[in-house]
Amino acid sequence: MSLATAVSPSSKRASLGLLLFALALVLAPWIVGHAGGNTWVRTLDFALLYIMLALGLNIVVGYAGLLDMGFIAFYAVGAYLAALLSSPHLLQQFPALLALLPEGMHTSIWLILPLAALLAAGFGVILGAPTLRLRGDYLAIVTLGFGEIIRILLRNLDRPVNLTNGPKGIAQVDPVTLLGVNLGRTQELFGLRLPSVYLYYYLFAALVVLILFACIRLERSRIGRAWMAIREDEEAAQAMGLNTLRLKLLAFAIGAAFGGISGALFASFQGFVSPESFTLNESIAVLAMVVLGGMGHIPGVILGCVLLAALPEALRASMGPLQQALFGQVLVDPEIIRQLFYGLALILAMLYRPAGLWPSRTGGAP
Amino acid sequence: MNHPLLQIEKVNKQFGGVAALDDVSLSIEAGEIYGLIGPNGAGKTTFFNVMTGLYTPDSGRFQLDGQEYQPTAVHQVARAGIARTFQNIRLFNAMSALENVMVGRHVRTHNGVWAALSGHSRGREEEAQTRAHAHRLLAYVGLAGFANYRADSLSYGHQRRLEIARALATEPRLLALDEPAAGMNASEKVQLRSLLEKIRDDGHTLLLIEHDVKLVMGVCDRISVLDYGRVIAVGAPAEVRRHPQVIQAYLGAGAHV
Ligand SMILES: Nc1ncnc2c1ncn2[C@@H]1O[C@H](COP(=O)(O)OP(=O)(O)OP(=O)(O)O)[C@@H](O)[C@H]1O
Ligand SMILES: [Mg+2]
Repeated sequence: MSLATAVSPSSKRASLGLLLFALALVLAPWIVGHAGGNTWVRTLDFALLYIMLALGLNIVVGYAGLLDMGFIAFYAVGAYLAALLSSPHLLQQFPALLALLPEGMHTSIWLILPLAALLAAGFGVILGAPTLRLRGDYLAIVTLGFGEIIRILLRNLDRPVNLTNGPKGIAQVDPVTLLGVNLGRTQELFGLRLPSVYLYYYLFAALVVLILFACIRLERSRIGRAWMAIREDEEAAQAMGLNTLRLKLLAFAIGAAFGGISGALFASFQGFVSPESFTLNESIAVLAMVVLGGMGHIPGVILGCVLLAALPEALRASMGPLQQALFGQVLVDPEIIRQLFYGLALILAMLYRPAGLWPSRTGGAP
Repeated sequence: MNHPLLQIEKVNKQFGGVAALDDVSLSIEAGEIYGLIGPNGAGKTTFFNVMTGLYTPDSGRFQLDGQEYQPTAVHQVARAGIARTFQNIRLFNAMSALENVMVGRHVRTHNGVWAALSGHSRGREEEAQTRAHAHRLLAYVGLAGFANYRADSLSYGHQRRLEIARALATEPRLLALDEPAAGMNASEKVQLRSLLEKIRDDGHTLLLIEHDVKLVMGVCDRISVLDYGRVIAVGAPAEVRRHPQVIQAYLGAGAHV
């Protein structure tokens, strides 16, 4: 027994890990960009958006143990909010509004992000309130339905009043302007030439760090412990006096808020949103990132995102040229190889690492 | 007026056609260890579940410390001052022993999301107190060296003690234990007995379900005997063990407990 290590990792190891993570975060676009150009940096940008999403979902699934299959709905809510508030779409639909704002809406990102967080949290509560008495599979089905309902609403809210522009989506979303710097264009900063994808990278990285910080603090708080107690044994948690319904709603709201922030950034980054970005497949992809990495363990979740968001893209980009070089022709569509990898990774993980690639605590003795 | 700590009158609970609790009345004085015994299926655990709000009773009156209470929302029962352990241990398995006890402090602490995110000094102070309190309770039940162990990696006897520490963390006025000695060996039982006496001597009131007759007779101040959902005897251990109905319920006619 004396040989057994403690449950929590030593703080020295944790801070070393943090340092390495920070270094990787700062250097990644330069390394990746050097190897593969701006397209690959763009993939990194998306990986960061997925990390925000996955960290949000991790609060719901990993901490509170609530299987949410429709998480992408909150991403959609944030994205459409940003699109509506910073594209000409609404002004084109409502001339009265145009008269009021002849210059266009151009809402500041500082306003859009908190609004997206609040609105998504609100949707989280709306979804949670009637469904959180359900457990396990039942909750999964209902949340799955909710995700689809949001997507179908976005698809069809172009009539009678054109709010969302239906399946065509909303274009001309403003790029983020931060302290007067337009992140949508290449900028000269500190003597460095930074293309748009690099600028967004650092904005996203800053927000990932903020969300990470929030997650770590929540995890180690009275609220985080209560969530995990509910995950471990809901009835025992209640018997200890935990208001489980309220705590679960809180998990839903906070997780959704992070999803909303991620979605708003996505809309500004793409300059375009359409319902097809928010399918069930996306919900499942984010869930897969959380599960593959290690539910409830932040480093694991990040690993899952990097593996499932970045690696398949790298495969897709490299498999074509590789086959050309080896066989003189492309035998298998790189997209198929990407999906094969995806499926294989999940199957192998479930077989050999059912608790995730990097779970929080190895089972059995501490 | 002098009132008992817990007074329960005419509680009924039916499952289908079976009366698991049939007009059960019980009154527990502050500072005593009260035993609830009876053969398998007598309704003891059901009584706990009704008292703590897990099951809704068909009828009955509940008073804690002179205050009427309705065990409707489970989480309010712990706040009102009744904490329990479970017959089949129900710890938060993937959490450490310390964290399990810290969860028990939840009802007596206040830190919310803002305290967690901002890390303001009042919040940090409460967190430190929670931690210190939990460490003290672990030491109190004899688990000082196990704070960082996963709950499910502890031995059976230690898990039972951890459940007691977690329940004590809610600062209960009544501590209700469902078969705390189950699965313990003889020496663990001796230690458990002295722990229960220590808890009582420190001013707590205990309600104890237990099959181990020797332990119950030795440690309890008063005992109620349930059989088929009915209270068939109440009194001091010495009286109860001579009660003919009790002897019959336990061993059939003509035997001795
Ligand atoms: N949830 C339930 N649904 C249906 N019947 C139940 C339920 N819980 C208990 N019972 C029944 O109520 C009766 C009393 O059960 P209970 O668990 O309270 O007994 P007990 O005295 O705790 O027994 P043991 O000593 O074996 O733990 C039994 O007949 C049992 O089958
Ligand atoms: Mg029982």
